[in-house]
Amino acid sequence: MERRTLLKGTLAGLGTAALAACSSPVGAGLAGTPLDPGTVDYWNLFGGGDGVRMTQMEDGYRQANPDSKLQAVTLAWGNPYYTKLTLATVGNKPPNVAVSHLTRMKTLQSAGLLAELHPEDLGRHGMSAEMFNQRAWQAGLVDNRIYAIPIDTHPFVLFYNTDICGKAGLLDEAGQLKPIAGPDALVDALTKVKQVTGQYGATHGINGDSATPWRLFQTLYAQLGGEVLADNGTRVVFDDAKAGQVLDLLHEITVEKALMPGSIDYQGAIALFASGAAGFHLNGEWEITTFQTAKMPFSMTLVPNVFGAGGQYAVQADSHTLVIPRGGTRDKAQLDRALGFIKSMLDQSMTWAEGGHVPAWLPTVQSDAYKKLTPQSNYAAAADAAVYDPPGWYSGSGSDFEILMSSAVAGVEAGQLSPAAAISQVRTKLSDLASAPSPV
Amino acid sequence: MTTIVETVSPEVAPVTTTERNTQPGHTRPALLMLAPFLILYVLFIIGPTLYMVLMSFFDGSLTESGLGKFGGFGNYAEAFGSADFWSSMWHTLWFTILTTPPLVVLALFFALLANRVARGRAFFRLAFFLPYVLPSAVVALVWIWLYTPEIGLLSKIVTTFGFAEPNWLGSPSLAMWSLAITTVWWTLGFNFVLFLAGLQDIPRDLYEASSIDGATPWQQIWRITIPLLNRTTALVIVLQVIASLKVFDQMYIMTSGGPNYSTRSMLQYVYDLGFTDLRTGYAAAASTVFFVLVLAISTVWVVLTRRQEQRF
Repeated sequence: MERRTLLKGTLAGLGTAALAACSSPVGAGLAGTPLDPGTVDYWNLFGGGDGVRMTQMEDGYRQANPDSKLQAVTLAWGNPYYTKLTLATVGNKPPNVAVSHLTRMKTLQSAGLLAELHPEDLGRHGMSAEMFNQRAWQAGLVDNRIYAIPIDTHPFVLFYNTDICGKAGLLDEAGQLKPIAGPDALVDALTKVKQVTGQYGATHGINGDSATPWRLFQTLYAQLGGEVLADNGTRVVFDDAKAGQVLDLLHEITVEKALMPGSIDYQGAIALFASGAAGFHLNGEWEITTFQTAKMPFSMTLVPNVFGAGGQYAVQADSHTLVIPRGGTRDKAQLDRALGFIKSMLDQSMTWAEGGHVPAWLPTVQSDAYKKLTPQSNYAAAADAAVYDPPGWYSGSGSDFEILMSSAVAGVEAGQLSPAAAISQVRTKLSDLASAPSPV
Repeated sequence: MTTIVETVSPEVAPVTTTERNTQPGHTRPALLMLAPFLILYVLFIIGPTLYMVLMSFFDGSLTESGLGKFGGFGNYAEAFGSADFWSSMWHTLWFTILTTPPLVVLALFFALLANRVARGRAFFRLAFFLPYVLPSAVVALVWIWLYTPEIGLLSKIVTTFGFAEPNWLGSPSLAMWSLAITTVWWTLGFNFVLFLAGLQDIPRDLYEASSIDGATPWQQIWRITIPLLNRTTALVIVLQVIASLKVFDQMYIMTSGGPNYSTRSMLQYVYDLGFTDLRTGYAAAASTVFFVLVLAISTVWVVLTRRQEQRF
């Protein structure tokens, strides 16, 4: 055989192989052809314990719908995920269904990247507005139109070591943490715990953590009724006095009284709590799996109402939602498959709740099974007091806004910035962002 | 000493003749052979670079296809007027200043030692080169654990000796030093190998002749090894400066640019503005400014070293 014919033969062979591969996701991506009809292409960003539970739920969908194929793709959390989702949608190759944080979905929507969901389509699959947690549902509406189906609310919560808090005399007869109300009560509780542990009262991620300092700040600041941005992020309404009150307290419990380490990273904060060097840990509820795996005596509850005297409670939170990207469903059959998949995820909310998230699906929240699920149901009330990141193109989970706020708050906790310096830094950087031209 | 000069010149001579080493009629086959490379190079390096410059004049967004609205020099004006832009620029330069001298001097030092060691030469070579093989994420994770406050290895060691624990990655003034230490440990091996190769090229008879003339080991290093390594050293410095200016991974993974933005490098600033804030046009303008800066530094260095070579 001549060398040239051999070469031609090989090329032809490769060509056929490529054509044959078109039905596979890789082949479809390269050739730009749609996936097998009947496939639901689903993108998410869940790792860790969430990732394991999401896989269980995907398997649940596959078992219930044997003739509908599910192609699930998990991408790295945060900006890498949103960048890919955005570019895939702009490039007309979006998935059929995708996960989005509620606070990020607004930016996607204003960039015109989401398909509107109509009540009659949702109704066909047994979904309607009143079946969802109203706080999450309302927060996801844009001009009273539906673009996202919330599956949960994930609030900032308080983890506590039941052994240590018991020794510190902070538990009631039932073994639950007695309510801590007001800044003095908080400092007092942390001091008592510190006496037991000999090291710290509480921990939360500070070094290199671009979200946790903001979550704590926002919880306390919102309890005072403070707001940061208005008019979709074009106006800064940061309240110096209220922010000062919060930062002074944080400064007191870290720098002045060393009740909380002022320089510890996310993993270190978890390790200190898990090893009993601190009795409290402030974090998102998703870390429940970590402490269950550590087999330590712990429970969870709402972050104390420190500043909301008069009963007004607030806590920082976000929601995971399911969205259909623009062009994600080209015909009614595809739309129905996508909505069927979304409904299947909602039906499996109990699995999702085990990972700590408060389900947005009321049939699950109101079920006895969920009420018996502890410590998860202890903080279910957080869903109704949830404060979401302010709307704005630069805001939302994992955004530049969270990094900016966290940097300033962490600076105060580490003793590198005075509360006043932190406030003026926040003001300068926020007004730069607020005046920058919006990319959406 | 005249013997040295005589032996050196044949070493240098072939280099100068290579320029005339092109034979007529070989250009077309050569270009044909290079074509696969050239096509990819134009497609993936030259093309995107030109597109970046074009993008920088528009208010492009990651959420829209196309270039967006024309903005003239608006993006450049905003970048030059932004305190964040300049502080990121300074962080990149500061990192380069902190890492380049140790990475050149230590690499040379260890290469000299490893070259002289009589037994276990392969082991020492591998030992210094091995960290360089690790991916940046692995290096970053290992060093995050070492630097972790309260429970990290380095903190334990320092406090055992009775010192106050430094806040390695959490203090704005110390974090850059910590990143620099990590980087020196990680990338030393590359320069080390370049120097070792340079050392192999120095003819052994020079050392023999000089020791017959009564030169001490120190004199041999100062008068034979270091002058003859000049070309290698120049290459190592250029490569190192460029590598340090391109820093991104360590900071992105270890400190996310913090604490309080004190380690945000230029590339991370571009990433933040382009991908987090979706403002691709502005990010392209910042990249272009940075590109011009790196190009200028490299050009100045190449011109300087050329002049140095001509002295031979």
